[in-house]
Amino acid sequence: MTDADHGGHAGPYAAESGAGAQAGPLRLEHPVLKALLGAWALAACSAEETAAVEDHLGDCGACADEARRLREAVGLLQRPDSLDLDPALRTRVLESCLDRRPPRIPVPDWAMSYDAETARLDALLQDFGDAEWHAPVRLRWFRGADATSRRTTVAGVIAHLIAVDGLVAVALGLDDPLGPVTGGSAGKPVGSPAERTEAFWDASHFPPTRSVRGPWRDQTHAVVRTACFTGGGTSRASGAERGGGSGTMPVSYGDFELPLRDALVDRAFECWVHAVDIAEAVDYPYEPPAPRHLRGMIDLAARMLPGALADRRRAGLTSPGDTRHLVTAGRPGRSLRLEIEGRGGGEWLIPLDSPAAVGSADHEVAHVALDDVEFCRLAAGHVSPEEAAAGQVGDRRAISDVLSAAASLSRM
Amino acid sequence: MANKDAPPRWDRKMQQRLARGEAAALGELYDRFASLVHGLAHRVLGDERAADGVTREVFAHVWEHPDSYDPRQGPLRSWVAALTHRLAVQRLRATESAALALDGSGSTEELENKVRHASVAARADYIVQSMPTPLRAALELAYFQRRDYRQTAADLGVTEDEARRRLRLGLQLLSTAHDAAAPGAPPGRYGGAA
Repeated sequence: MTDADHGGHAGPYAAESGAGAQAGPLRLEHPVLKALLGAWALAACSAEETAAVEDHLGDCGACADEARRLREAVGLLQRPDSLDLDPALRTRVLESCLDRRPPRIPVPDWAMSYDAETARLDALLQDFGDAEWHAPVRLRWFRGADATSRRTTVAGVIAHLIAVDGLVAVALGLDDPLGPVTGGSAGKPVGSPAERTEAFWDASHFPPTRSVRGPWRDQTHAVVRTACFTGGGTSRASGAERGGGSGTMPVSYGDFELPLRDALVDRAFECWVHAVDIAEAVDYPYEPPAPRHLRGMIDLAARMLPGALADRRRAGLTSPGDTRHLVTAGRPGRSLRLEIEGRGGGEWLIPLDSPAAVGSADHEVAHVALDDVEFCRLAAGHVSPEEAAAGQVGDRRAISDVLSAAASLSRM
Repeated sequence: MANKDAPPRWDRKMQQRLARGEAAALGELYDRFASLVHGLAHRVLGDERAADGVTREVFAHVWEHPDSYDPRQGPLRSWVAALTHRLAVQRLRATESAALALDGSGSTEELENKVRHASVAARADYIVQSMPTPLRAALELAYFQRRDYRQTAADLGVTEDEARRRLRLGLQLLSTAHDAAAPGAPPGRYGGAA
């Protein structure tokens, strides 16, 4: 477009002198030109305006000074480096701080994986835009012998974490995030993790958005902070004096209970599992937890296996022709050796016939070997017992029952 | 996100909890400020490991000397940013001096120039991060997305007048990054922009 085409187009910024339709260069008043300096410095004006501003700078010292300052400022605009902060840096920094000045109120060992996993997930969420928050996610778990799933979004997953972490929050005397939703009263949260999640989702007329991040993070921080006071420190003696012991306070999950120390490991595990769901949905990489945290999660699952076997037996879900033997409580019983490979691994002897029996190497009837992360995928319901890559020797029925029991630990 | 709107109450409570020796408070402090600290240190030093080192020093300093922050003097965020700036520039100067002493390349003057340049760049980053969102959004559109001010106005749903005002004000704030950067000047006023 040439100036000649431009007549009358300059609108309210045309000079009032009535330079008129045929005028060559655009003529603007000093205040208008001054107001344009920012846009000019950013090369965000029309060609006519640019010419008018530059013309003016020759005559007006004040505008020329400001123009120079603003041009220099443009040179300072830089894309943020947007480096992803190495999640391992958090642990290194905190540990080096605590070495220099030991804490008076430490974070108990059993709360550390929850602290670390929630921080990792929060870092993943950091740069998410609306597209990521609304990316579809399929939650997967096992119910009975069947794979089950439920569709939601990234924001919906965070809402799920808020609802279920709320069980721990309530046990610690914090507010129930569902509060008025379920009519839960202090100390008595309503419902299982799945019921709570559905209730939380239903309570809003709109699908969850990025606004769930703040409340989720605040609750995780409050849980860790309160656990440090309520649950006692790492020292057993002083912990017992504070009444909470070493995290023995019960946390209700609706139809079962876990002591606080296990509940936080369970929540750390769920946080990681769902972080992987989210990372897959938006195509980001996501690493497994630190080896010692991973081991704590596997240990919890291994300790829950005998109870899960008993539940499945009662529900008639164990292998037909079950060669169950009666054992006296506290006595060694038929056992399966669970060997977990990898940096989070170890060995566990799982008593097969009763949760009250003691695992025993002398009564070992089968041996299963799995990679640490593979075992966690099984316990999370992300791989079926048949598909799990497991090395196996010995009683096939026992092996199948234990792998199925591991999958049955998964829930929404 | 919510960080910048945090009430001073949060700052005061945080300081009290750190003074009390609460390890969980240190974790929360890290979660709130680590990306700010690491980002500024990286802008000054241009090196990932050096930025990790400064991050460690900053949090160690706050943890060991929580009383050196006075909530009446301003937000914790600005104080942490100024501390980061000081430690990062210190480290840059030490590294560069060591290199100078070792192979004699360059001059003290070049060294000071480099330090000043890095210092201004880091302060500019902080100003951009801390300025009101409407100003930052306008700069983002006009500079990074190459929109002219009329398109910027349309994208933001504001008048053209307002778009021009935001662009100018944003750059005016940014230009103050030069102010405290005279050689030997203190690390400068962080947070004035917000």
